Amino acid sequence: MDLLNNATAADSGLGRVNPAVKILLLVALTVAFLVSADGVTSGSGVLFLVLVMIGSRIDPRNVLVRLWPVFTAAVFSGWGTALLSPKTGDVLLDVGPFLFTADSVDAGIAIALRGCALAMISVLLLLTTDAREIGDSLAQTFRLPSRFVLSAVAAFRLVGIMITEWETLAAARRARGLGPDRGILGNVGGFATQAFSLIVQALRRASRLAVTMEARGFGAGPRTWVHQPEYSWRDAAALAIGLGIPVVAIGLSVVLGTYRFFH
Amino acid sequence: MSAGGASVSARGFGWHHAGRDEPAFRDVDLDIAPGQKVLLLGPSGAGKSTLLHALAGVLEDDDGEAALGRVTVNGTDPRDARASVGLMQQDPESSIVLSRVGDDLAFGPENLGVPRDEIVGRCRRALQSVGLDLPWEHPTSALSGGQKQRLGLAGILAMEPGLLLLDEPTANLDPDGVVEVRDAVVAAAEEYGSTLVVVEHRVAVWADVVDRIIVLSSKGGISHDGTPAEVLGRAREELLDAGVWVPDHVPRRPVASAAGNVPVDWQEPLLEACGLAVTRQHPSRSWRRARRRAVRKSPSTPIPAARDAVRATENVGLRVHRGQHLAVTGPNGAGKSTLALTLAGLIPPAAGYVAASEELRHLRDPAARVARTPPWDPWAWASGQLIARIGTVFQEPEHQFVRSTVGEELVLGARLADGAGRRHPTNGQTHDGEDPEARAQELLERLGLEHVKDANPFTLSGGEKRRLSVGTALAARPRILVLDEPTFGQDARTWANLVDLLREVMAAGSAVVSVTHDHAFVEALGGEELRLGNYPQGPEAQATEAESVDAVAGGEAWTS
Repeated sequence: MDLLNNATAADSGLGRVNPAVKILLLVALTVAFLVSADGVTSGSGVLFLVLVMIGSRIDPRNVLVRLWPVFTAAVFSGWGTALLSPKTGDVLLDVGPFLFTADSVDAGIAIALRGCALAMISVLLLLTTDAREIGDSLAQTFRLPSRFVLSAVAAFRLVGIMITEWETLAAARRARGLGPDRGILGNVGGFATQAFSLIVQALRRASRLAVTMEARGFGAGPRTWVHQPEYSWRDAAALAIGLGIPVVAIGLSVVLGTYRFFH
Repeated sequence: MSAGGASVSARGFGWHHAGRDEPAFRDVDLDIAPGQKVLLLGPSGAGKSTLLHALAGVLEDDDGEAALGRVTVNGTDPRDARASVGLMQQDPESSIVLSRVGDDLAFGPENLGVPRDEIVGRCRRALQSVGLDLPWEHPTSALSGGQKQRLGLAGILAMEPGLLLLDEPTANLDPDGVVEVRDAVVAAAEEYGSTLVVVEHRVAVWADVVDRIIVLSSKGGISHDGTPAEVLGRAREELLDAGVWVPDHVPRRPVASAAGNVPVDWQEPLLEACGLAVTRQHPSRSWRRARRRAVRKSPSTPIPAARDAVRATENVGLRVHRGQHLAVTGPNGAGKSTLALTLAGLIPPAAGYVAASEELRHLRDPAARVARTPPWDPWAWASGQLIARIGTVFQEPEHQFVRSTVGEELVLGARLADGAGRRHPTNGQTHDGEDPEARAQELLERLGLEHVKDANPFTLSGGEKRRLSVGTALAARPRILVLDEPTFGQDARTWANLVDLLREVMAAGSAVVSVTHDHAFVEALGGEELRLGNYPQGPEAQATEAESVDAVAGGEAWTS
């Protein structure tokens, strides 16, 4: 699946930033934008993040195309907020059950922008980092138990395998006469049984993989790591720019007097 | 460096899986000296794989009642000796842990606490010794089955284990690869002084390089133990009975060519591929729609496909004839399976076309009640139309099991096929064609699966699963049967069964297309062989001509 294929993005400027720095930034930026509920903070945040993408040679349009469901969900949450938040300020639209005021629309836009900003932060980390690199940092820099981290990294590979397996199962069903041409009811039932077969196969594969991991000495004792996290000027720069984004965004909002904490 | 070979000792050893009536194996007494190379044989179900897993210390004994007797590796419990044991399982996909080649190789040595500087050297050496030349960052998902098997082996060699336990390590390899990997294993074992225990159906591969053959008996214990010459001399009949591939024995000899006896109306091809390039990549939705529209507009004249995709192979031209076998052979990763799926109408081509003849489209058969004639492109057919014309047997039988009992599996294909008998809505009687239940019963008997009619397909033995998967395709009475590696990992009995069955299918006028590495199988079924060359991967790679022995290359469209 394209979403998990980070081969091109790994070559970008962000791809060479240490994953530990990226994890720190993910946490810091997520918290900063989560607690800020005004449109100016989120809006300028989105703008800065788009600039970061362009600066590290990631095409924002690709991100939009790949993650359109997330952005659509953000827009709908804004719509819902505008519909339900307290109706203060000038009335902008009043048709039947739909009543929008200046303040409720403001709140809606802010929520939609906040959703976009949060999605983009995660995407920037995930798109530009290999699962193993994240694992290396979690285990070596943050000292999480290596057993837990490596299991997660190995499981991540299974996600890609399951996607391939799904396609094989679909072809196999067609070869059994159960292809996607049997009406809506047939297709819904077919989807359910195909999903069940996928789960059965995945469980069997997972237990065989667990045996392989054990046979390869997993959990045998203290382990070494071929890749050790390295830090360079890039990481300092990434940290400064990354932390700068919420600082500038929130600062701007405070100066303009629009800042709102939480709600 | 490794501490040299490990010794294995077992006294009255057995393993009884919780909830099973009988132990997987029992009463095993053996001593294997450090550095000895052992081939472990026995009938299916004698517990060979379980014994390997037990020696590797990866079997769970939850209630403390599973392990019988005593076994030690280097004088200690196998669980505590895990660091000096390398086990490779049958399924190549599950012998790989991580998503990049280098990371996967390093996984074992890292777990054993090998110093960082040493690991990279070990990995490089292991990769070389299995004949894989890949960069560290190469994604493991892009490897073929045979390449995965080599990588899994390299991952174990990188641990430099004192005891190498290999469960059918060459089952998925092409004939050249089998010899290459076997030599790599032997060289590595000798270099590190490792003890080696191999389970493998094909005795001839290992008989010359091992020091000792041990035969497990299905009744428990060891029936033969000695040098290869001794055991193969003494136990030849017993091994033949058990379905073991004994050297210099082919269960079914080639038959004399039946070319002269082919009826005249069988000489027209059923299916033709022209300038065909195949790929695993999905076409876009818009491409699929446009393609379907184009085919509808031109139902009897083939239109070549054109789309951008990483090609598995290209320039393939072939014809499939009634009553004949077409073998597709070639090295691992040459695109054979992808070609099979394309010929079977399951994935659309990247270029060129696969076209059905008039005969295959119309199903000229008085018994068949065909609703409407499909176009020339098998990929555009509805699934009921497809299975009545082209049946496909996948490499992994389990992928194709969709019902909860063996009987239902066989009824399904007969019922869904285009032209199958329709059940009358009120009186329940079948009219206009064959009764699916009767067809299923006939197949159950022919395949020798009556005793497991009500069993779940997933609980069958390997040979039964293979027979059932062929049966599910035959249930719809396809005119062409496509099989992907039908003899992988099968013992000699199942193999002979399969050859007999396919000969019957061909004698009845169906065509058989099989993707295989198995020369004896190709010879036993006869017919033509299409050999695919190594196709260089990657967008900048140069196209190579698919080398074809008897098949036509290119040619004019014949359906127009």
